[in-house]
Amino acid sequence: MARLLITKTPKVYIGGAFVRSESGRTFPLKSDSGEFVGHIPQCTRKDLRNAVEASAKAGPAWSRRTPYNRGQILYRLAEMIEARSLELANALDLGKGDSSDSRREVSGAVDRLIYYAGWADKYEQVLGCVNPVSAPYFNFTVTEPMGVIGLLAPAEAPLLALLSLLAPVIVSGNTAIALASESHPYPAILLGEMLATSDLPGGVVNLLTGFRKEMVPTFATHRHLRGVGGVANAEERKTIRLGAADSVKRVKLEAVEEKRDWFADNAQSLYAIRDWVEFKTIWHPIGA
Amino acid sequence: MSTAHPAAFRRLFDEIGTVDSVGIEERVAKYVTRSIKKGAKVLGLKLAVSMVDLTTLEGKDTPGKVAALCVKALHPHESLEGEGAGAAETLPPVAAVCVYPAMVRHARAALGAFSPVKIASVATAFPSGQTSLATRLAEVRTAVEDGADEIDMVINRGAFLAGEFTQVRDEISEVVEACGKAALKVILETSELETYDNIRAASFLAMETIRAGDFIKTSTGKTSANATLGNNQVMVDAIRDFYLDTGIAIGMKPAGGIRTAKQALTFLVAIKETLGDAWLTPRRYRFGASSLLNDLLRQLQKEKTGAYQAPYAFSESADSY
Amino acid sequence: MCARTPAKKTTRAARPAPELIFGDLWTFDPAPETADPRLQPRYNLYIGGKFVAPRSGKYFETINPANEKSLAEIALADASDVDVAFEAASRAFPAWSRLPGAERGKYLYRIARLLQDRAREFAVAETLDGGKPIKESRDFDVPMAAAHFFYHAGWADKLAYAFPGTQAVTPHGVVGQVIPWNFPLLMLAWKLAPALATGNTVVLKPAETTSITAMKFAEILDEAGLPPGVVNLVTGAGETGAAVVAHPLAAKVAFTGSTEVGKKIMRATAGTSKKLTLELGGKAANILFEDAPLDQAVEGVVNGIFFNQGHVCCAGSRLLVQEGIADAVLAKLKNRLKVLRVGDPLDKNTDVGAINSREQLEKIRRLVAVGVKEGAELYQPPCTLPTEGYYFRPTLFSRVQQSHRVAREEIFGPVLSILTFRTVDEAIEKANNTSFGLSAGVWTDKGSRILKMSTELKAGVVWANTYNKFDPASPFGGYKESGFGREGGRHGLADYVKLS
Repeated sequence: MARLLITKTPKVYIGGAFVRSESGRTFPLKSDSGEFVGHIPQCTRKDLRNAVEASAKAGPAWSRRTPYNRGQILYRLAEMIEARSLELANALDLGKGDSSDSRREVSGAVDRLIYYAGWADKYEQVLGCVNPVSAPYFNFTVTEPMGVIGLLAPAEAPLLALLSLLAPVIVSGNTAIALASESHPYPAILLGEMLATSDLPGGVVNLLTGFRKEMVPTFATHRHLRGVGGVANAEERKTIRLGAADSVKRVKLEAVEEKRDWFADNAQSLYAIRDWVEFKTIWHPIGA
Repeated sequence: MSTAHPAAFRRLFDEIGTVDSVGIEERVAKYVTRSIKKGAKVLGLKLAVSMVDLTTLEGKDTPGKVAALCVKALHPHESLEGEGAGAAETLPPVAAVCVYPAMVRHARAALGAFSPVKIASVATAFPSGQTSLATRLAEVRTAVEDGADEIDMVINRGAFLAGEFTQVRDEISEVVEACGKAALKVILETSELETYDNIRAASFLAMETIRAGDFIKTSTGKTSANATLGNNQVMVDAIRDFYLDTGIAIGMKPAGGIRTAKQALTFLVAIKETLGDAWLTPRRYRFGASSLLNDLLRQLQKEKTGAYQAPYAFSESADSY
Repeated sequence: MCARTPAKKTTRAARPAPELIFGDLWTFDPAPETADPRLQPRYNLYIGGKFVAPRSGKYFETINPANEKSLAEIALADASDVDVAFEAASRAFPAWSRLPGAERGKYLYRIARLLQDRAREFAVAETLDGGKPIKESRDFDVPMAAAHFFYHAGWADKLAYAFPGTQAVTPHGVVGQVIPWNFPLLMLAWKLAPALATGNTVVLKPAETTSITAMKFAEILDEAGLPPGVVNLVTGAGETGAAVVAHPLAAKVAFTGSTEVGKKIMRATAGTSKKLTLELGGKAANILFEDAPLDQAVEGVVNGIFFNQGHVCCAGSRLLVQEGIADAVLAKLKNRLKVLRVGDPLDKNTDVGAINSREQLEKIRRLVAVGVKEGAELYQPPCTLPTEGYYFRPTLFSRVQQSHRVAREEIFGPVLSILTFRTVDEAIEKANNTSFGLSAGVWTDKGSRILKMSTELKAGVVWANTYNKFDPASPFGGYKESGFGREGGRHGLADYVKLS
């Protein structure tokens, strides 16, 4: 007689802990072939609020880590994902039935993380500079992380896109809250576990699952979010931009209609990091 | 009625110099790499025991609590002492017990008139110091009358930060007088002074006013940040500079936040390498601590038997797990 | 108060000046590091991904300078071995340079991680072979070497950003590299990491007194699965090095070592089209102003000259101290020297280890004798040196003048020459009055003065209110006869590529 399996209870990863939605609500996840997979937390604006609190708490220490240390942690996250690539590919398969695509997506995610890990202790050398002003001052421009950033992940490439949005945000010391793909949330559930084992401090990345319609308005209006990025449709983009105005959030949203190829070379870039840093210019006299 | 001069801060720092905090952290990091083993470790641990000011400073302190503290102070751990072994086996008593003024007479009753363990009393409206000078001085006098051998006072941080250095000095001076024969320890409250520059400056203000054999002390233990290797270093650098300049030897007491034997040994390395042998004595160095004592005993027992020890085997331990 | 102004308050009668006692009230017991360095009795050459015996069959001994005992036999590569190595590197070049940068990066990430895994083992080996304190190889050399590989791994697929406006960034081909004995593993990392990240293949010769960690590193290359021939290690002395530098297949040569040998290499490569970078000697000025935070400055001066026994090209070997505080600083330096622990490098409490070789020890002794003869005032703290091995006490020379040899020549040992100055301009003049130009230090509380000094000092690295700080992201290299080219940072990549 076949042994009965223990099924995993899907929980979301907020503030370094695995929790259900504060509302207690869930929605059932089924594979494309109709098989029941699990009850996914249906997060609320309060969950987002809690995630922002956790992000803000983790932010100062994360931004003060050395760039080398942040790079090493992203690399370790890549190690964790690579080690569990089979499991992640299965999670991506849920309903697709074509596993070669899934394996390719997992490899792409690992490589993407390594790409951004490699920028951690370098982007400053390219984005910052010394400015040759016409007066006896040493004048230099440095970058600084913005703070807590909200991200909306698309349905396509539910793992690769999510990581492609997260990595350039956190590499510079920002913290992030991402809303996973509504139709394919399971990879985000697993990703939480890998984040937890990667040496990344709790609260630096928080992953929410649930319905866009319910969550987007709060992403738009929560004033402690300094920026919102990701992929959105026209209506969502407008909602976010309107809400952003109240606290002058930085907004960088891609149109879902443009169907970005997450595997292409241009899906990773220094400028994705640049989108989420501030620039500070400092003057100091030169003289005896 | 401000006696502060706009340039008061700058003049003081000009005289005594500033401190680079990154440099301090790098210097003390080297102490942490020291590896103290075997005989050196036992000697260090015993020395640390002899330097403990065993402290209880709680609102809920009672004569009973103080009596228990005093017995522990005199005999920290029976099976580490004597027991037929040679002189090398002897465990010293701690340097002092440290209590609130109201508890001084109970400590004196528990310790008797002639005790190797001194009675230190906090005074001057510890920990904040926020009452009139008259009240603060009266408290000192009463504690001394009740039998305190040492007084741990707090400086006027508000006056310091406002640049009223003369006032800070004058108040310390009056406390010295009120102490009479009792030794004085001047608490700077490093967490409220915040910068290493301020801590160095306050150290000098105090040292210029107190007597040889008195101490400067880091903290009350009542704020969230207490003694660290960093502020210990700033203060012992100041003590050294003052000593080499004037020949007056002032003692040092880090207080609060030193809970493990390993930390205590690292602080002793700092003294060894900055002030040298003459300060490796309870006459010039104290640890203001409570749970540290048992960790020192635990490590001593481990060195004696070769086995790691459980905390609950030591009297007055709070750990039951 | 303190050491800055004379005592104001003392009302005592004349008495002996107070002194601190740094005695033996509380002495440290020996605390030897016990991790196994996993040494082999004999190390062969590493060519084409294999360990191969030298064609001549000759080996030479490498000893532990702490006790002069033999550690291992090292293969002696002759010109024909060097030839084979370059052929292997040449064969490996096309595939290696055509690998996508991200894949080359992954090899370097693996190497970094493997070195971190075996960090303690390598630290002990480094200390045994070279004499530096285990505290330094454990806390600095090995972690920094791993960090260099980690840093450069990330550049491998991002070179277009490092050189904006270029159409193509291409490697040179095979690179010949010769490294010194003062930071054997770290210098290997400084050379290999940028070369490999940019797509070059390498033939590298470690120093003859310190080849062990390089040959152990070859094991890591195996563990990382680095394609054969990408890195080739040939051991030997001056002749082997000359063969590497002169080899026709070396498109680029990188050398770190003495200025004297650097000049020889320049002559040897004249008339060829070889690209060259050199990192040579120094006689850095560490400049201490009256307003500097004194204790931290003294610590920085001590780090600057006694770190790694002073075997450092960028060592702060000249202290230029402002006259008003010269006596106070000297007194503080002496007290600090009294608690420096000189002795067995494998003891975790040792601050100053063994001098790398008998030859170097003789050189230091000769130059110190010169200093005494010239009239400089010598101070050495009392400390018992081990009876075996090569050791030298930390040494201060005060009352040194610009014309003294000990102010001009690189001693490369734990010897500090102390001169004075009165003004900013004088400090700059004295600091720049040398053919060297590798590094300099400035200690002052005044920000604008830091910036003025660093603008005027002719040195490739200026440390302000610190000294001897290194990071893979920070470019390092000299002016004038301290060499040319930079290592580390974005700038360090430039010498390993052709831009078009």
